[in-house]
Amino acid sequence: MIAAELKPFKEINESLLPFERVLVVGCGTCTTVCLTGGERQVELLATALRLARKVEGSSLQTKEATVQRQCEPEFAGVLKEAAGGLDAALSLGCGAGVQLVSDVLAPLPVLPALNTSNIGVAKEHALWEERCAACGDCVLGGTAGICPVARCAKGILNGPCGGTNDGRCEIGDAPCAWTLIYERLEAQGRLDDFKRIAPPKDFAAATGPRKLDLREVADEP
Amino acid sequence: MSLREALAAGEYVITAEVGPPKGTDVKEMLHAAAALKGRVHAVNVTDNQSAVVRLSPVVACHMLLERGLEPVLQLTCRDRNRLALQSELLGAASLGIKNVLALTGDHVKLGDHPTAKPVFDLESVQLLKVIGELNAGRDGAGSELLGPADFFAGAVVTPEANPLEPQMAKFEKKVAAGAKFFQTQAIYDLEKFASFMERARAYQVKILAGILLLKSVGMARYLNKNVAGVFVPEPLIEELKGAADPPAKGLEIAARQIRALAGVCDGVHIMAIGAEEEVPEILDLAGLKN
Ligand code: SF4
Ligand code: SF4
Repeated sequence: MIAAELKPFKEINESLLPFERVLVVGCGTCTTVCLTGGERQVELLATALRLARKVEGSSLQTKEATVQRQCEPEFAGVLKEAAGGLDAALSLGCGAGVQLVSDVLAPLPVLPALNTSNIGVAKEHALWEERCAACGDCVLGGTAGICPVARCAKGILNGPCGGTNDGRCEIGDAPCAWTLIYERLEAQGRLDDFKRIAPPKDFAAATGPRKLDLREVADEP
Repeated sequence: MSLREALAAGEYVITAEVGPPKGTDVKEMLHAAAALKGRVHAVNVTDNQSAVVRLSPVVACHMLLERGLEPVLQLTCRDRNRLALQSELLGAASLGIKNVLALTGDHVKLGDHPTAKPVFDLESVQLLKVIGELNAGRDGAGSELLGPADFFAGAVVTPEANPLEPQMAKFEKKVAAGAKFFQTQAIYDLEKFASFMERARAYQVKILAGILLLKSVGMARYLNKNVAGVFVPEPLIEELKGAADPPAKGLEIAARQIRALAGVCDGVHIMAIGAEEEVPEILDLAGLKN
């Protein structure tokens, strides 16, 4: 799923200063799961924003709405009515959600409340880790199911750099992806996959704007 | 004699390195280079070392070349995509720069512009392949060049990496990708290094052992704590501790290692980090004359 974290409160508050009536929009899918953009967070954030405005000596009216998925017109469409008479919307969806809501509500200004961080997995309760950078040319088949694009800080394809130490990455608090790949390939008896020299990556596959177009083959809805 | 010829002739090869300045004043760098002239076979020029902005290594190599030194261009993949890397290499070749050390490069987060976009379009193995293509008169996309390059390509290896096997597997890939010589990460444990050499001898490549000049006990401890694959053994630290003049002891230790490594590997790469003018003294102590 998509993991996204709340922007600093100050930034959100300042971005809303020009507006007095704001629709605060949650998303019922990824950002609900990662505890940053669901119904509950919408309520908390809206309350905090109103309070902050009061302290500043002015006022803010908020209306709350959480849709199942902000990234699909089918669900986001209902926001049009909810936004009637308001002067902006604040989205607690991922970047894609913010944009579709912005399309649906145009010309109403739609502002992001979250910083979209990664496509990741739930490692344990309340901990998500990045696993995929949507590179468009998946190499997991040769890397023991561990992504060097998203999980190696350099995104390199031919083994660990010289900065790895004790199985840790040269930067940050993470294991060295290439040490993990080597160890798992070894355990799988597939070190030949490691030895094969990976050619330069096809970054054209990662160059936007990209789309997935299945209109020809998909069944009618 | 070029680095390539000296290694081919089986000489015990000595290389050192200089770092281009952060700025336009090249006096100090040229002073360091002058100290090395005639005493080493080649001088590496670092490339935005530690991800810190510095003067272009190609320009610095050219300055060394003009002064009669043989440069080794260090080229990292951190700051340039495949077009820029090739352009830089072709420029270097046209200036007569023959040796290139292909590096992935430290991450930008470790340097002085930590919010920069890290490139890593290629990495060391792929860069070595591209160098091979340029030598064959083609670019990385297979198009013919107006005049080929003639690089002597090298790479780095960490003989004391932990864990070692993934690094050794990458070493093999670098050999397969065309690396002809290796300059190693700093080594202090000669026994461990000898066992690395036993394995490296299976390949047709020349190995220059990394000698990092120790200046103090604090530095030794810092290396052990912070630098990947560098381990200063406790007896060496004790030796520095007991010395009346630790920097002089550092020179002595370096010289002793250089002597001990003759016959074990093909040469040494001396990293003096700012004390390049001491390199001749190390070589004197090691009994290596001009
Ligand atoms: S290789 Fe690309 S597509 Fe596959 S997991 Fe990694 S980033 Fe995602
Ligand atoms: S230490 Fe490992 S994960 Fe980190 S940049 Fe190097 S190869 Fe990638």
